[in-house]
Amino acid sequence: MSVAAAFFYLFAGVLVASAFMVIASRNPVHSVLFLILCFVNAAGLFILIGAEFLGLILIVVYVGAVAVLFLFVVMMLDVDFVELRQGFLQYLPIGVLIGVIFLAELVLVVGSWATSSTIATVPAIAEATSHLTNTQQLGRVLYTEYVYFFEAAGMVLLVAMIGAIVLTLRHKPNVKRQNISDQVARTPEQAMEVVKVRPGQGI
Amino acid sequence: MNLLLQDYLPVVIFIGVSLVIGLALLISPFLVAYSNPDPEKLSAYECGFNAFDDARMTFDVRFYLVSILFIIFDLEVAFLFPWAISFGGLGDLGFWSMMIFLGVLTVGFIYEWRKGALEWD
Repeated sequence: MSVAAAFFYLFAGVLVASAFMVIASRNPVHSVLFLILCFVNAAGLFILIGAEFLGLILIVVYVGAVAVLFLFVVMMLDVDFVELRQGFLQYLPIGVLIGVIFLAELVLVVGSWATSSTIATVPAIAEATSHLTNTQQLGRVLYTEYVYFFEAAGMVLLVAMIGAIVLTLRHKPNVKRQNISDQVARTPEQAMEVVKVRPGQGI
Repeated sequence: MNLLLQDYLPVVIFIGVSLVIGLALLISPFLVAYSNPDPEKLSAYECGFNAFDDARMTFDVRFYLVSILFIIFDLEVAFLFPWAISFGGLGDLGFWSMMIFLGVLTVGFIYEWRKGALEWD
């Protein structure tokens, strides 16, 4: 067990340090790279507590996709970050407010977690000691017992997809695209015109 | 629990070996290589002009759209894995809940296709 404890402290230490570097580093691209280090260490913590599927999904989805998205956003925002940093004190009150709200929520979550005893009766946790693998345990309850949450997740993904398209899709005018049926249905009568040109005059 | 962690021993060895190789490649130039630093060696050179602006150009917003659509279908596949592995014991409700989930996302996919979000102009 001491090996697991050593790895826990390694992952947790690197996680906290890189999370600090996300907000402390001057270059926003470096911030995103530290965020990726954060995600990988959080995946290591997930695997340590036995949630293998969640850990690997964290790597696939967050490191593989969300971090790339963040990089795109950082690249796309044509912001002068030195100039942005000068208004730091201006945003301090609202930043402190949000920080206090998060802290209060964390205290509430930790407080309720320490006193709650009903969570042990959830079937997934009762089954956790059985021979089933982690992913099978998730699959057993996710699609039957938590079906409404599962469908809600589908609706959230749909809203995200439509929202992204509505917000960012702008077709440039004057761009000629292929339209196969129009191109095939074109006849010589539509495409050509015979013009009689009298001598000595242009068209 | 301990058995589970033993399964990850090859991963730990792999990370250790890659760490050693990576650090060796990073550190050995400092020790071995000939070094004669000069500010001109690091300055940008564009055919004799000074550099016009930052090398970090802004991206087209289309890259963002492509990557967010990728994430959504990535998550859809992530939901399919536990479903596939525990499919035998799920019954009708499990089957149809996944079909509805896929149907909802197919609506989004058709919308995306018809709007031309998959085309690059």
